[in-house]
Order: sequence, then C-alpha cells, then structure tokens
Amino acid sequence: MTATPAGGRIKARFEALARENRAGFVAYVMAGDPEPGTAMRILHGLPAAGADLIELGIPFSDPMADGPPIQRAALRALAAGMTLAGVFDLVGKFRETDTVTPIVLMGYLNPILSVGFEAFAAAAATAGVDGLIAVDCPPEEADPLADALDRHGVDLIRLATPTTDDARLAIVTRRTRGFVYYVSVAGVTGAKAAVAVDVAPAVARVRAASGLPVAVGFGIRTPEQAAAIAQVADAAVVGSAFVDAIADAMSEGADPAARVLALAAGLGDAVRSARSSADG
Amino acid sequence: MTSAETLPRPARLNDYLAYPDSHGRFGDYGGRYVPETLMPLVLRLEQAYEAARDDAEFQAELGGYLSTYVGRPSPLYFARRLTEHFGGAKVYLKREELNHTGAHKINNCMGQILLARRMGKTRIIAETGAGQHGVATATVCALFGLPCVVYMGAVDVERQAPNVLRMNLLGAEVRPVTSGASTLKDAMNEAMRDWVTNVGDTFYIIGSAAGPHPYPMMVRDFQRVIGVETRAQLLEAEGRLPDALVACVGGGSNAIGMFHPFLNDESVKMFGVEASGDGMHTDRHAAAINGGRPGVLHGNKTYLLQNADGQITEAHSISAGLDYPGIGPEHAWLSDVGRVRYLTATDEDALEAFKLCARLEGIVPALESAHALARLPEVCAEVGKDGIVVLNLSGRGDKDLATVAARMGIGLTGVAG
Repeated sequence: MTATPAGGRIKARFEALARENRAGFVAYVMAGDPEPGTAMRILHGLPAAGADLIELGIPFSDPMADGPPIQRAALRALAAGMTLAGVFDLVGKFRETDTVTPIVLMGYLNPILSVGFEAFAAAAATAGVDGLIAVDCPPEEADPLADALDRHGVDLIRLATPTTDDARLAIVTRRTRGFVYYVSVAGVTGAKAAVAVDVAPAVARVRAASGLPVAVGFGIRTPEQAAAIAQVADAAVVGSAFVDAIADAMSEGADPAARVLALAAGLGDAVRSARSSADG
Repeated sequence: MTSAETLPRPARLNDYLAYPDSHGRFGDYGGRYVPETLMPLVLRLEQAYEAARDDAEFQAELGGYLSTYVGRPSPLYFARRLTEHFGGAKVYLKREELNHTGAHKINNCMGQILLARRMGKTRIIAETGAGQHGVATATVCALFGLPCVVYMGAVDVERQAPNVLRMNLLGAEVRPVTSGASTLKDAMNEAMRDWVTNVGDTFYIIGSAAGPHPYPMMVRDFQRVIGVETRAQLLEAEGRLPDALVACVGGGSNAIGMFHPFLNDESVKMFGVEASGDGMHTDRHAAAINGGRPGVLHGNKTYLLQNADGQITEAHSISAGLDYPGIGPEHAWLSDVGRVRYLTATDEDALEAFKLCARLEGIVPALESAHALARLPEVCAEVGKDGIVVLNLSGRGDKDLATVAARMGIGLTGVAG
C-alpha cells in the first residue's frame, strides 16, 4: 500500500510548488509507447529528469482531439499490445518506487466506458492514479463518471479552452478537482504554438472561477515556450514533443527513453528557472 | 394485418416522435461527447437550428431549393417486375436516386448549408465515404459560392475515383486521409480535427444522422422529407399506409428519413439493413447493431464495432457508404425498444440484388441501396401477398460500376478508371 498525502498527491504537489514560488512541469507520454518496457523506463525516469506531474495517455484508436504525433503514439502503443489493464499495471509498478509524483490519465471515453465507470475508478485508485482527463466527455455528459471517480478519490480534471466564455466556465469548473487544464489554442495537440501573452489573462480567469491551479498545454514544445508559460500559469504541459522524440529515436536506432529523459531535463530546468530569471 | 404478434413493442405507450430529449438523447443514446473547444459551438448550433426550424421563411427557402434545384418530390414507383419476381407483397421504390447528385444526401446538405449561411459561416467542411455526401456538399457549396474541404479516406479516394473528380469539378478540395484504415471513420476524425482548429468560421456538414447533438436530430429532420412524401404518395396511390418500410443503414440517414414520419403508426413494420460484408461469422463486416455493442465515438453514444478493450475496429463492406463502425443513435434506440428490426446483407447478397434490380427494373441502384433490396424476399414474404412494402432506393449505382466490374472480373478501361 502506498502512502497518499492528505487531500491527494495533486493537491500536495501544487501546494509544494506554490511554496517554492514556481510553476510545475507536466510531462505527457503515451502509456506503452513505443512498447511496455521502454515506456516503463521513461515513466520511472521522468521525476528525476524534472517532471513534477506526469500525464499518461490512454491509447485510443480514434483520438479526434489529437494531432498526428499523438495519434501515431497511440497506434504504436496499441500495436505493441497496450490495453487499459496494461496502463494500470504500468502505474502500479511506478508506485512501487514513487509514491509522491502525481499521475493523471488522459484519454477518450470509450475504453473507460467499455470497462465501466465504477470498475475503471476502482482500478485507477488501486493502481495509484490521481486524476483523469476525459477529452471527449464535457460536463454535460460527465456526472456518472464523476460520481464513480468521487467514490474512489480520483480527481476529475476538466479542460477549459479559448472558446470557454464566463458562463461556460462556471459549468466547466463545477465538480472539477486537482487542477484545471487550460487548452491554450483552439486546435488539436501539437498543431499551433501557445502565446503566453494571450494565455495569461485566460489563466487568471480560470483560476478565479475555479479556485484551483491552472496547467496550460496543447501548444508548448520548446524550453523557451515552456518558460514563458511557466511565468503565467501554475504548470506547463508538454506532450507532442515527447512522442516526436520517441519516433525520432526509433527511426535513428537510438534509445527512446534516453531521448525523452534528456528532453524532459531541458524542459524541467526551463520551467524551474522561469520565474527567478523573470524576477531577476 | 397481423403485425402485433411479430413486432416487439415497447413496455409502455410511447411517442416515438418526442425524441431526442433536451440532452440530445434517444433513450441512453446520442448526447454530445465532444472536446470542450467544440461545446460552445455545438450548443450555438442547436439554438440556431431550432430557430431556423421554427422559422417559416427558412422552411420556405429550403422548400424552394428542394423543388427547383434538387428535383423534389422524388417519385414513388410501383416496381411491377420486382413484385412479380418475389411473389409476395407489392413493392414500391422511393426514387431518391433521381435527386440531383444521385442520392438522398443532398436533402440534408441543402438544409445545412442554408443554416450555415444564416449563421454567417464562411467555410464548409465535410467527410465522405462513398463520395455521395462529398459530392452533395461540394454541389451546394458551388451553388452558394462557399469554399469547401472534403475529407475522404485514401482507400475510398481510390475506389470512388469518379466522385473525387466530380467534387474537384465542383470546386471542392478533396483531402485524402491516410490515418487509421483510411476510410470513412478516419475521414470523420480528420474533419473533427479541422473543426476544432477552425471553430470561428467553419461549418461542419455531417452527412449522416450521427455525431454530437443536434446533428442526429437535424439530419433526420432534413431527411424526413423522404418519409413525408412517401406517406402522401402512397395514400394517393393505394389509399392506405404501407405494411413495411425497408432501407439500408450505415450511419442511417436515408433510413431514419424514411422511417421517422411513420414511427407512431404501429401497423407499419420497419426494417433497416446493415452491411455484413464477408458475413456475420467473420470479423469483416460493418453491422454495428448486429455485431457491435454500445460505446462513444464521434460525439455520440451508439452501437459500435469495437474490441474487448474499447478500441474501435475497422468496418468492412463492398459499399463505401456503409463502411463505418457506428450507426446513428436514433437507430440504436429504435433497435433496443424493438420498433425497427435490423437485418443484414453480405457483399454477395448486395451484388446479386444490384444485378437483379438493374435487369428487372432498368434501375442501377447504389451498392448501399442494394443491401436493402437484398432483404426484399424475406420482407415481402413476411407481410404477404396483400401487403405493401416501400423500399428507399437511396442512391444510384453509376459510382459503383468500377467496384462491381472488379468483383465480376471485368476490365473497365475507359468507363470509370
């Protein structure tokens, strides 16, 4: 049994980040990409490389909000045999050595619906999952899923977007826990670049409406972009750049895990030093 | 008539026309399962559609284009030789293949593009399988001078080459989709991605009675003209309602358009025909109701072809228009409550029916519609000699000649290549 901080790992991590007066770095990787063994090494290495939170993609055959890099990552993982049970297995093994780094699953509803909301929530909690982002499950459809997650203490993390106006924001943030994920661009993952000057007021608005930390993602690839977002948000999420790194390493015959962890180290440093360099 | 014994009925008296509910649900099916970026759009679309639907001016404009441009009403034709051939009920064909562009698809496209204009949208996107919906969308875009991008699976681009040329001639850009199996499902994913990226100016004309609410309701409403006309035409010809309706179902827009105006007439039996490809004993079929289970894809909850882990599996059918792993949510519900029975027809069944209809009636049907024709023997036998069956001949088969020729081992140099 792993020790879970009171209120959960996500809350504890954002409180610690606030005390350090810095933003968090969230690394998104696809579970089982490129195959389970390498994926496990990546997961184990991410906290030491600088990831404050880990978002773990649940591979799905038809990821309609994702751009080509993450689509291909999902197909690689599925081709290598990844399943929802395999995702929980990956998290369970990670928790044998790391009981503090929050893990948030991110995926589409159908694989979750397929196993059943209650069974999903129970298995997630047992494995040591802290939160869930269900990309194609807006608040209007989310109550049965939210009920099951509540029963097992798994946070349902909502997405707010550039199209979310104030009236909508009240609906989006209802029943949201842990943090709010602000999608910085209207588009699919990895397609457009986030612009910090546009993101800042949106983050403030979401933070005020939800009373929760705000992580920003969907358009951040480089250490410079991550640092810029880290100055205005509570966390910066990088995803497509990691799955691209895996694809590149595979085509060059290099070790994908080494490539991903090196990239994470650079991004982590940029996020950690963003506010001190901005202040100084 | 003795329909009451054979037709399963819902547990309570039901008004089938009262659906979807305010959450966009048909029973447990339907809904709006879209990324948050699209939610405000989908909600605005619902408001805009409901306002247009209740606006006599909008309906008059639509009706005008349907009669002078599309060529409505389409005839209801008594198919004497098919009737004699099967030796059972009288068979009528609703001739949707005579519409401009050769299928029922344009009924819906005309409605949606008038709505897009009303909403001030300046760019149109669509997905297409067989190319019929793409052609219909490209056609209305040409008519109103709007730029049009059609997503089409690369495999379908190949097997429906004449329709690709047609779309290009109409000024549309056809973007081949190479993700997944490169068919209709993947084209729909890609159209959704475009929509998420271009939320401000773009209107997505979905071609089937599927997708997030309000699409299943809106597409159905625009296709209801098929059933409304059929009802009036048959009352005129026979002085009574039909005993059975038959239509093919992929997503199911032609079928729901035919069925919906009759749903509360409990004496009218209804049969949807799914494509069973190589057969239901194989995994190469496209029968979501007969071979799938409920799940969420492309914005709605419905029956889907999927594996044990909830991954969507590929559909297989000789007909590109039925080659989709889901089905419209209203069909999912109508199947569960027993109001409509969903049968299947294989590739071979459809090919035989395709040839039979051409030979006996001088009508070359679309391979999609041929699936419905293939189940006529059983349906005619069930309603009996005094019965009347109406089949929705949803499209014409010119686009399928290359596919049929390949199956028959005939070279087609210069015809469709």
